[in-house]
Amino acid sequence: MKILVPVKRVVDYNVKVRVKSDQSGMDIANVKMSMNPFDEIAIEEAVRLKEAGVATEIIAISCGVAQCQETLRTAMAIGADCGILVESDAELQPLAVAKLLKAIADKEQPSLIILGKQAIDDDCNQTGQMLAALLGWPQATFASKVVVADGKVSVTREVDGGLETLSLTLPAIITTDLRLNEPRYVTLPNIMKAKKKQLDNVKPADLGVDVAPRVKTLKVVEPAQRSAGIIVPDVATLVAKLKNEAKVI
Amino acid sequence: MTTLVIAEHDNVSLKGSTAHTVTAAVQCGGDVHVLVAGHQCGAAAQAAAQLVGVSKVLVADAAHFADGLAENCAAQVLAIASNYSHILAPATAYGKNILPRVAAILDVAQVSEITKVISADTFERPIYAGNAISTVQSTDAVKVITVRTTGFDSAAAGGSAVVENITAVADSGQSSFVSREVAKSDRPELTAAKIIVSGGRGMGSGENFKLLEPLADKLGAAMGASRAAVDAGYVPNDWQVGQTGKIVAPSLYIAVGISGAIQHLAGMKDSKTIVAINKDPEAPIFSVADYGIVGDLFEIVPQLIAELG
Repeated sequence: MKILVPVKRVVDYNVKVRVKSDQSGMDIANVKMSMNPFDEIAIEEAVRLKEAGVATEIIAISCGVAQCQETLRTAMAIGADCGILVESDAELQPLAVAKLLKAIADKEQPSLIILGKQAIDDDCNQTGQMLAALLGWPQATFASKVVVADGKVSVTREVDGGLETLSLTLPAIITTDLRLNEPRYVTLPNIMKAKKKQLDNVKPADLGVDVAPRVKTLKVVEPAQRSAGIIVPDVATLVAKLKNEAKVI
Repeated sequence: MTTLVIAEHDNVSLKGSTAHTVTAAVQCGGDVHVLVAGHQCGAAAQAAAQLVGVSKVLVADAAHFADGLAENCAAQVLAIASNYSHILAPATAYGKNILPRVAAILDVAQVSEITKVISADTFERPIYAGNAISTVQSTDAVKVITVRTTGFDSAAAGGSAVVENITAVADSGQSSFVSREVAKSDRPELTAAKIIVSGGRGMGSGENFKLLEPLADKLGAAMGASRAAVDAGYVPNDWQVGQTGKIVAPSLYIAVGISGAIQHLAGMKDSKTIVAINKDPEAPIFSVADYGIVGDLFEIVPQLIAELG
C-alpha cells in the first residue's frame, strides 16, 4: 500500500527564537531550519512499515517556500521514495495545508497518511484532523503504536490519563506522538541517494486550492517575564519563604 | 450570538476542563450551551447544567458516543453547528482530537489553545513553545476555538440550566474503540492540582521517584515529570509536563532534578510560585524559579520532607 507523509520545515527545536521588534512576528531570518520533530517520527514509521513489507511506496509532501526541498530531501534520505513540493510563498495555515494535502491524496489514492501531531512553530495540532475530515476518513491522533492488518489499522493513542487503542478501517489518518519511535539518523550514502530521487513541484493554483489565511495575526509579543528569583541557602529558609512570603503552603 | 461548548466527560462525571472552557465561552459573549455527547451520560449532563453561565445543556445519548470517538462526536457537533457563532472545546487530548474535524467541514480555521479572550473575534495564544504570545483575529463566520484550561478560571457550580435531549447522529462505522489502559493514581489530577512535585532526569531512576512521594503526600500534591524522565522510562508518559505533554499552572511547582529545557518550561512557567532543586547552578530552571536551592536532591528532598513536619 501507498503511504503519504506530509513534512513541515520549521525553526530547529534547539533555536531560541526572538520576537521581532515591530511585533509583526518571529525573527526567523538566518536561523537554522529543520524538519518538524513529529514529522521525522512520521517518516520513520512509514519507512518501518515499508521495511516490514506492509507499505510499498512512501511519498513525502511539503507545502511552503522553495527551501522546503531540503526538508523533502531529508525525508527521502530517511527512506521516502519520492517527494512532492507544493510551492508557495504565502503564509499557509493548517486549513489551507489540509486542502492542499486532500487534493494530492485524491490523486495519489494512498491507504494511509501519517502526519506529526503538531508543528513546533505554530503549535496548532490541527492539520491531520482537518485532512481526515475533508477526506471523510477515520483518524487516530497522538499515536504511540501502529499495527496494520487485514484492511484495518490498530492504533494505540496517548490520551490524558493513559493510553487507548482504536481500530480504524483503511484508508485512514494517523498523527504521531513522541513515543511512537526513535527516528534514525540519516547516513551520508543515503543523503547522496536521496538527491537522485524524484521531486515534483506543484503550485496551490494547480491543485485548485485557495490558500488565503483566515486567521489574521495582529501582533506577536514576548511573554511576560518572571521577576528574578532568589537562591536560598538551606531548606529551612525555603520552607519559611514558601509559608510567609509566597503563602503557597 | 450563541456559543457551544463541547463537554469533556467520561459519561459519569464531567471533566474539570469543561468548567474552564465555559468561563472562556462566557467571555466570548452571548448565551452558552453545552453539548454532552455520550452514553448513559445523565450525571455528566446534570453536572454541566449546574455550571454558572450555562443556559442550556444538549444531550446526545447513544452507545457509539461512549468512548468519545472523533468521527462520531464531530458529526454530532456539525449536526447542530448552524445555530452557533462560536464553538469551543478544551485543549485537552479529547478536544484537540475532535474540534479540527468540525472546523474543516465548516470550512473555517481553528484558533488553538487560546489563553485570553480579547473580543468576540480576537484572542491571545502562545506559539513557539510559549516563547511568544500571538494576538490573532478570526475572519471566519464561525469561531472554532480550543481553550487552554490553565488560562481561565473554572466556572462555579450553582447554576441551573435546562437539559434537553437531541437526536443522536448515526455511527460513522469507520472507527471503533478497542481498549483503554488507565494509569492509576490516588493523587490529584495533574492539570487540576494546586501543588505539583515534578522530577526530571536527575532523579536517576524510576525507583528514586518514590523519594518524591512522601513530599507529594505532605503537600497534597500531584506528581509530574519532565520529558527526559518519561523518555528514560522512569514514569508513565501521562505524567509529562511540557509543550508536548500537559500544560499546568499550579500555585506551587517544585522542580526536582529538572534542568528546564524550553519544552518543559512551556508547560509550567505560568505557575504562581516555582521552586527548583538542582545541583547545577547554571541550570536554566533557575531563571524561572522564584526560589532555588543548589544541591543534591537526594539530601535536600528528605530535609524538605522533615522540615514540613
